[in-house]
Amino acid sequence: MIQSHPHSRKSPYPFWFFLPAAVIYGVLFLVPTVTSLWYSLTRWDLMTAQFIGLENFRQFFSEPFLVRGLFNTLVYALVTSGLKTVFGLLLAVLLSGQIFARGFLRTVVFFPVLVSSIGIGITFTVMMHPTRGIINEALGLIGIPGPGWLTNPSLALLSVALVDLWKGVGLATLIFIAGLATISPDYYEASRIDGATRRQQFWRITLPLVRPATVTVITLSLIGGLRSFDLIWAMTQGGPGFSSDVIASVVYKQYQAGFYGLSTAGNVILFLLVGIIILPLTFWFNRREVDQ
Amino acid sequence: MKQSRSLASGIVALIVATVIFILPFLFIALQAVKSKSEASRLNFALPKEWLFWENLVAVVEARNYQLLLAYFNSTVITVFSVSILVILSAMVGYVMQRRQSRWNGVAQVALLMGLMMPPAVVPTIGLLQSIGLFKTMTGMILIQVAYNISFSTLLYRSFIATIPRDLDEAARIDGAKPWQIFFRVILPLLKPVTVTNVVVQSIFVFNDFTNPLYYLPGRENITVQLTLYNFQSTYTSQYNLLFMNILLVTIPPLIVFIFFNRQIVTGMTAGAVKG
Repeated sequence: MIQSHPHSRKSPYPFWFFLPAAVIYGVLFLVPTVTSLWYSLTRWDLMTAQFIGLENFRQFFSEPFLVRGLFNTLVYALVTSGLKTVFGLLLAVLLSGQIFARGFLRTVVFFPVLVSSIGIGITFTVMMHPTRGIINEALGLIGIPGPGWLTNPSLALLSVALVDLWKGVGLATLIFIAGLATISPDYYEASRIDGATRRQQFWRITLPLVRPATVTVITLSLIGGLRSFDLIWAMTQGGPGFSSDVIASVVYKQYQAGFYGLSTAGNVILFLLVGIIILPLTFWFNRREVDQ
Repeated sequence: MKQSRSLASGIVALIVATVIFILPFLFIALQAVKSKSEASRLNFALPKEWLFWENLVAVVEARNYQLLLAYFNSTVITVFSVSILVILSAMVGYVMQRRQSRWNGVAQVALLMGLMMPPAVVPTIGLLQSIGLFKTMTGMILIQVAYNISFSTLLYRSFIATIPRDLDEAARIDGAKPWQIFFRVILPLLKPVTVTNVVVQSIFVFNDFTNPLYYLPGRENITVQLTLYNFQSTYTSQYNLLFMNILLVTIPPLIVFIFFNRQIVTGMTAGAVKG
């Protein structure tokens, strides 16, 4: 039967399928992102915005506690993503071998990923209490005086980063397990016949061939680390003092204080930081991949 | 020899993982069933009397049954935003995968931005106020859709690549319109990835703390994660109730995980490796 419908020559994959998603995403994500560039240059009370040039940015880089937030964001992102990559790979290698209770162990390592950050944050805050927390009590039993995990200003940020590792390493492990599964056992078999040790196998076979998973883990955990807010907010609220503030918590604090322009400037700095770090990294990783 | 060594390393791993990954959950569960004075010692001692029911009732009744309202609100936000997400992102993933055009480049950039970029919060609040959606459930649902649509679309796009085009073609020859092809032929075939997506997105949305904190303030709009955060300051002397609340928030993902373990694992890794 010959169709004489006027639309019969049109593509069966119409562009209007994009429309509902594009409207919601465009209005609620893209528009605020673009307008934030303007609002970051203003003194703003949500009603009227008065243009003040780069004043918010000048303030951001001249207040020591705001600069501290920027520095902490970088430290937190690097520490969490480094630790997640190393421990994720180690756990994945362990949990890919023929070991006892493998399925159960995978489950146990992964489950914290699905639990609310606030619940985890509160739990660890209690367990890290300097005198009554069980972590320091356990350390005391073996004769080590435990530090003030969250009360010592030079330790607080790193303590939160450790909890972030605990909560997030399961996702890194899962990605590495998927990556390891794609490596053919023939490589290990051949190298074993050639007399390679386990250590050599890891450095010469596993590490190079698991590279796509490594790239994913590093990129994802860097993005997550740069943006992280809820765990830090639940555990220290940026304290003691401003010692564990990151850009995301500065943005929230300035918003609460009613400095909307300054808060938005913080947000723009966060965009730039994510862009400056992630885009070249992605580009570099992709180019290396093509080279090989 | 190889057998016994793998057994030994397995047992060592089991012990270490239990201490590191399970003890915190055991700690939560133990404090949640203790009396106020016993829980304030914050240790692993077993409770003298198990007050599971009493503590549960106390937490639920606290602040005029706030927790029930919070569960209701969180459930409404999760159900609506995930339903909208599934349909809209499947539509986008379908056309992106099937049709080559310059709009794909635009959509691709938008996807990557959505995965990477933190949202601009205060301008979003200003915008929501001006369209009357600030502090509303509708606004919160649409925000969740906007923020999670990139990940969801990626999942669908890669799955749709495995569905043969012959099916679309056959339906088209039978005279089906584009929306009929999509909703009657394609969408039912996406069921495996839809299950994965629903499970993973529900957990994301249910656990979200930051976005309700910014966009949904107000007592009547309380969500589960916010009650937890508020209880933290109220219950500094009642750790048993605080941990009962944490236990209640941990149980839904645990149940989901038990039933959908495989879907969660494929969803998390598929999205991650492609992303």
